[in-house]
Order: sequence, then structure tokens, then C-alpha cells
Amino acid sequence: MAEPMKIRATLQGDVADVRILMMHPMETGQRKDSNGQVIPLHFIKNVVVTHNGKVVLDAQWSQAVSRNPFLGVRVKGAKAGDKIGVTWTDNKGDKRSDEVAVAASS
Amino acid sequence: MNELRRTFLKVSGGAGALALATAAGVLKPAAVAAAEWNQDAFAAKAVADALKSLGATNLIESKDIVITAPEIAENGAVVPVAVASKIPNTQSISILSEKNPFPLAASFAIANGGEGYVSTRLKMGETSNVRAVVKADGKFYTAAKEVKVTIGGCG
Repeated sequence: MAEPMKIRATLQGDVADVRILMMHPMETGQRKDSNGQVIPLHFIKNVVVTHNGKVVLDAQWSQAVSRNPFLGVRVKGAKAGDKIGVTWTDNKGDKRSDEVAVAASS
Repeated sequence: MNELRRTFLKVSGGAGALALATAAGVLKPAAVAAAEWNQDAFAAKAVADALKSLGATNLIESKDIVITAPEIAENGAVVPVAVASKIPNTQSISILSEKNPFPLAASFAIANGGEGYVSTRLKMGETSNVRAVVKADGKFYTAAKEVKVTIGGCG
């Protein structure tokens, strides 16, 4: 099972600054292991970010995104306590969803 | 006639159930909205082919797209790239690393109050332009920034 994401959402004015860190190997399909065997492609294809259940960002990725991917987005019209949800799906059909509440600006 | 009625009932009943499920939060909206992964665009080995598969033609160079990336990236496996679009009604942002084996790295569709800003980290095989393509009101805008890569990140 996939490891949990780290998501941080902080309010800046009426914009929520969302930072997401996912745990994923993001194999390019071009690397070889110590036996010279190609390590097969394994990467996140789709990331969906929602704000109170509404999709604000629908990302399609390739294997060119770095290992343990970082994603930063900004959501307009957010308030403290709003729910930010993130779901990713990789090319093997593995999935992970996490949710956080928007924190007030410090 | 009976058959038609049956079909109608089935269709409307199905849609109603779906709406209910979404409203109740049983069915994740993500599962409904996730767009088809653009196989052609991501498998393209040339920048022009990738752009064509994205439907991006008649690209307009724009100064309203700001790409934040290091001038020199020591490690090509982790190159932080942020794209901010000040173009109103930005609908999507795509990021291409022009000399990668598969240039298209990521494509972001923005809706419902998402701001025209994404930030992520990419792998880059060698020194090349990082190109952002922004779709706004059906038109495509673009900007590029060169990133020098000391050690490639694709091997």
C-alpha cells in the first residue's frame, strides 16, 4: 500500500497555498538494476486536487516528474477549515487519497 | 415503444443515482472528473508532436507566463520548476523539457478557482529549454527558459 502524502495548506489572504509531497519511486523505465535488467516503468499518471469536493486541478504526469514528487498549487477563494483533498493514481492502478483542512495564516 | 420507455428509465435512473452518489460524497468527484491520460502526447518523442497531440497550435509567445527554474541545475533528477500564468481564464498548463526522451513532463488542467500556478520537480536528461504552454480561452500561449544541467537525471 502506498505511503501517505504530506499535505500542507496555509491561507494567504483568500488564496490557499497548497504543498503536496507524495511518496513514489517514479521509475522512468530507462534505469537498469545491478543485474542489467531494465527496471519497469512505475510512475504517477494522474493527480487530482479538490477544494471542498470540487476539482481545482487535474494533473496528468509522465515519468519525467522527480521521485517522491512535489506539487504546489494555489486555490482562490479558500477559507480556513476548507477541505483540500488529493488523490493520485499510478500506472499500475495503485491509488492514494489524503485530505487536510486549510490552516489559517500564521 | 415499451423498449424505448425502458431505456429511458434506465438512463435517467442511472444519471440520478450518480448525482445522488456524488452529492452524498459516496462517489469521489475525482473518479468522475479524472480526464483520460493523453497517451499520444506523453509518448511523443519530438516537441512538435507532443504539442500537436495536446491540440496546441498557433502558439503565441507571452510575457505573462513566468517560469521559475534554476539557471544551472546541478542534479538533473530534481529540477524545481514553477509556472505562473497571469493570463486570465487560464485553463491548463503543460510543461515540456525539450530534450528529454519524452518531452512532455506534465499537464495540469485548472478549474473551479484553481489559480494559474503550479510548482513541481522534474527530471531533465540534459541542458535544454523548459517550455510552458498555457491554454486560456481556447488560445495557446507559450514561454521558455533554459536550464543548464550538470548531471543528467534520466539514466
